Amino acid sequence: MSLTREDVTYVANLARLEFTPEEVTALIDKMGAVLDYAETLSKLDTSTVKATEHVLAVQNVFREDVPKPCLSNEQALANAPESEAGCFKVPRVME
Amino acid sequence: MEYEMVIGMEIHVELGTKTKIFCSCPTKFGQEENTHTCPICLGMPGVLPVLNEKVVEYATRAGLALNCEIAHFSKMDRKNYFYPDLPKAYQTSQFDLPICTGGVVEIEVDGVKKDIGITRIHIEEDAGKLLHESADGTLIDVNRCGVPLVEIVTEPDLRSAEEARTFAEKVRNIMEYTDVSDCKMQEGSMRFDVNISMREKGATVLGTRTEMKNLNSFRALIRAVQYESKRQIVELKKGHKIIQETRKWDDTKGASASLRSKEEAQDYRYFPEPDLVPIVIEKEYIEKIKRELPELPEAKKQRYIDEYKLPEYDAGVLTATGVTARFFEEAVVLYDEPKQISNWIMVEIPPLLKEKELTMENIPIAPVQLAELLKLVKESVINGTSGKEVLKEMFNTGKNPGEIVKEKGLAQMSDTAELEAIIEKIVSDNPKSVEDIGTGNEKAYGFLTGKVMKETKGKANPQVANKIIREVVAKHLG
Amino acid sequence: MELSQKTIHEINDLLEKKEVTVTEVTESVVKRIDAVEKSTAAYLSLQTEEALIAARAVDRELSERKKRTPLEGIPYGLKDNMCTRGILTTCASKMLYNFNPPYNAHVYDRLIEEGGILLGKTNMDEFAMGSSTENSAYKITHNPWDLNKVPGGSSGGSAVAVAADTAFYALGSDTGGSIRQPASFCGVVGMKPTYGLVSRYGLVAFASSLDQIGPLTKDVEDCALVLNAIIGHDAKDSTSLKLEKKDYTQNLKQGVKGLKIGVAQAFFGEGLQPEVRKSLEEAVEVYKALGAEIVDVSFRHLDYALSAYYMISSAEASSNLARYDGIRYGYRAEEYDGLVDLYKKTRSQGFGDEVKRRIMLGTYALSSGYYDAYYKKAMQVRTLIKEDFEQVFGGCDVLLTPTAPTTAFGIGEKTSNPLEMYLTDIYTVTVNIAGIPGISIPSGLDNSGMPIGMQLLGPILSEEILLKVAWAFENEKGLKNLKAPLGTEV
Repeated sequence: MSLTREDVTYVANLARLEFTPEEVTALIDKMGAVLDYAETLSKLDTSTVKATEHVLAVQNVFREDVPKPCLSNEQALANAPESEAGCFKVPRVME
Repeated sequence: MEYEMVIGMEIHVELGTKTKIFCSCPTKFGQEENTHTCPICLGMPGVLPVLNEKVVEYATRAGLALNCEIAHFSKMDRKNYFYPDLPKAYQTSQFDLPICTGGVVEIEVDGVKKDIGITRIHIEEDAGKLLHESADGTLIDVNRCGVPLVEIVTEPDLRSAEEARTFAEKVRNIMEYTDVSDCKMQEGSMRFDVNISMREKGATVLGTRTEMKNLNSFRALIRAVQYESKRQIVELKKGHKIIQETRKWDDTKGASASLRSKEEAQDYRYFPEPDLVPIVIEKEYIEKIKRELPELPEAKKQRYIDEYKLPEYDAGVLTATGVTARFFEEAVVLYDEPKQISNWIMVEIPPLLKEKELTMENIPIAPVQLAELLKLVKESVINGTSGKEVLKEMFNTGKNPGEIVKEKGLAQMSDTAELEAIIEKIVSDNPKSVEDIGTGNEKAYGFLTGKVMKETKGKANPQVANKIIREVVAKHLG
Repeated sequence: MELSQKTIHEINDLLEKKEVTVTEVTESVVKRIDAVEKSTAAYLSLQTEEALIAARAVDRELSERKKRTPLEGIPYGLKDNMCTRGILTTCASKMLYNFNPPYNAHVYDRLIEEGGILLGKTNMDEFAMGSSTENSAYKITHNPWDLNKVPGGSSGGSAVAVAADTAFYALGSDTGGSIRQPASFCGVVGMKPTYGLVSRYGLVAFASSLDQIGPLTKDVEDCALVLNAIIGHDAKDSTSLKLEKKDYTQNLKQGVKGLKIGVAQAFFGEGLQPEVRKSLEEAVEVYKALGAEIVDVSFRHLDYALSAYYMISSAEASSNLARYDGIRYGYRAEEYDGLVDLYKKTRSQGFGDEVKRRIMLGTYALSSGYYDAYYKKAMQVRTLIKEDFEQVFGGCDVLLTPTAPTTAFGIGEKTSNPLEMYLTDIYTVTVNIAGIPGISIPSGLDNSGMPIGMQLLGPILSEEILLKVAWAFENEKGLKNLKAPLGTEV
């Protein structure tokens, strides 16, 4: 399994993380080790095996369509690092 | 070289459930920012989603109304991407096992009928709203996060802007009829994404397509399609290749622009949503929803033509929205003159609604009141002109027609004795007109009628008055 | 013996006989915290003032009515990844340094209903990722058996609070062994119930299909008492099971005659510390003597479990942790240039290295082109592991394994090689993948006096049997409520 710097940069961007060149090198190493270990999975023939997405055989769990009290604007924004005019605030987004 | 355009659409419809898809916050539109949120739709740490049972019902209804297959087994998946209007940084949607597949909608453009295929319909959640009112940033309103949506995806079967619009209108009609959504485009409860590509007429291979998202009016839809198809033809004629991309439609400028920066890293990393369990729909459930489906627009229109003997045009206008159709049907039950009711709904009511900035949905009069009004006209208690006046007053005050007629003394003057006296005086005062009539000038009758109407302040019963005028004139003529 | 050193059921006896009050019990444990917490550092935040006030209120209540429920007035600790309204919930991460949730975790609500007294939020590996609690952004927690050694992780703080008598019990969370392994390292009882038995609402998610909340206690009977209180259907958790409520203390002392205890050679291979092997072999003999039948069992796909676990847990974690972006709560970078930079700086500064590593791994496993090879494959392996266990439990009632291949290692010793750290999970992760329950109890001490843990696994919803088998051993060997040589003068 040869993970390249480009691979790591691509994934970092997808995950909205950034790393120094040294960290990228370390990541190639560490991620590579785990992925190598994961390569053992490829040796297993699972072509006839169904994937288990939920360990429990639960299905059809629903909620009634009945409104319940919401948080107030103050409560919703209580933990916000930056807010303005009752809204969460981020740098200018071009749409 | 002749080109043909190939269009596919994705229509997002906000479901009219009372609460959001995964939490119990109300879905009401137009509330103050961030007042309809809770830890779940805010995507706070440790919260979990629970699926609203009505969402499954509405989606099934939508699917059946569009002739789809309802999946026995479907599930939710996570679509992962970062954007400030998406609190969890993933949208819970459906990827490979959507709730509906394989439907069809018939449209008619310029007298030609055509089937438009529906590839799939899936359930997903809406994102929040970005507001650009801050001087140095963008503000986020989370109220809309978690409002349930269905996404209706079509096969690339549309071939013109008109077809696209007709199709979109028909879908809107059906969604509104089946109460799946209020389809208020100005409130964003229905939005269109279009994919367009061009190819040589007769070719079978698809060209490269571009996408325009979130068109929120039929006008924008038509203009966007027309513009983009022309733009692509221009590019192709120059020998350029069309770049597969998302383009932004600017309705004020009337042009589309490249959004290339958004194209990078569209790796959604779909995987099954571990916090939600699969949805299993049994045949009995589907049958029940099917039975409860209301009469759909096509069928209703045909029934109006057959049963009420209405012209196709009338039937079309009355069935344009479920609200209008329901109003009409209620009125007809009370006053069995469908054509008359149709006329008043098509001609008299719309300007009054427009004046007050209302729609059939919040019309301030009830079908029973319209029926009462039309009965008064039929029974000649008032004439047609007065009737229109009364209608206007009904809109203003909400009072019943009978009340208004009494209050304003609008009751028609049908008393022959009273009218005879007035007409006798007018005819006597206008000997010239009598002379004209004597020489064969029928138009003079109009002049006399006008005078009578003026004298009676419009309340004279026109038929009775005309009869008496002729009699009196005849008498004067000797 | 100080009150703080007793078990819940012992305190219950004393409260029943009115020989002590809840206030006295709470004062005792607060005194203990004052004495040893500076050495053990199990807690990230303490609520001792509030605890004493609550204790007095419980005493007033109890004086007015006769009946008391088993956890009423018993002070406990909660791992800091369980949301507590009005109390900081940090997940031991800089990312949530100031997060005050406006809601409670379901289990916290349950314990409030039971009249429990919260002492504080315990330390953990950041976002529950790690096996030593060294990945906490705030402090290192010390194993009371040897302050230079790790307590295990990620529920290290909870395990230490119980082991050091600075809580009568604590709740932890277990995604790949995070309750059982620290229980093993600290000489206490730790249980991960069947997936779905305890609501996850309000548990900050690491890997949604693997996470479970469970008790850490001084002995098996206490574990049953706490389990009784926290299990049960929660409408806010779609993966929560709807079942008849059970009393897990009912058949606790039934014994193991006629039960089949499975032993798999695969778990006793290379890398096992000799004393651990010996201790487990002795345990097998104890069970034989108690009338259980020992059965040889084997797995077909054990080798693949760890890789499958890392793919599933990292992938789900990468998605669950994407919401931390400095917009609605938590840490936000001070300097950034535009939106994308806000995300990148906030997340790169707010998360520790281990968390970032797992997010990268998970993102990669899900990214286009790799989904089938990694994530989907892992989910297929999961089916095989489930089936392996079903086959094993077709031939035995419970499975006996070591909890960890070694006893606690030194602080700072194992952090350099993440793959090595991963290997210590091998006894525990299979349990989470299959969703089955597992309990770790002390089985002895190694030559340097460090606790050895033994694990019992059972099929889905076999908590009753596990507790019964665990109790039998514990009772026979007297290995309950072990006291670390920490003393009170530390």
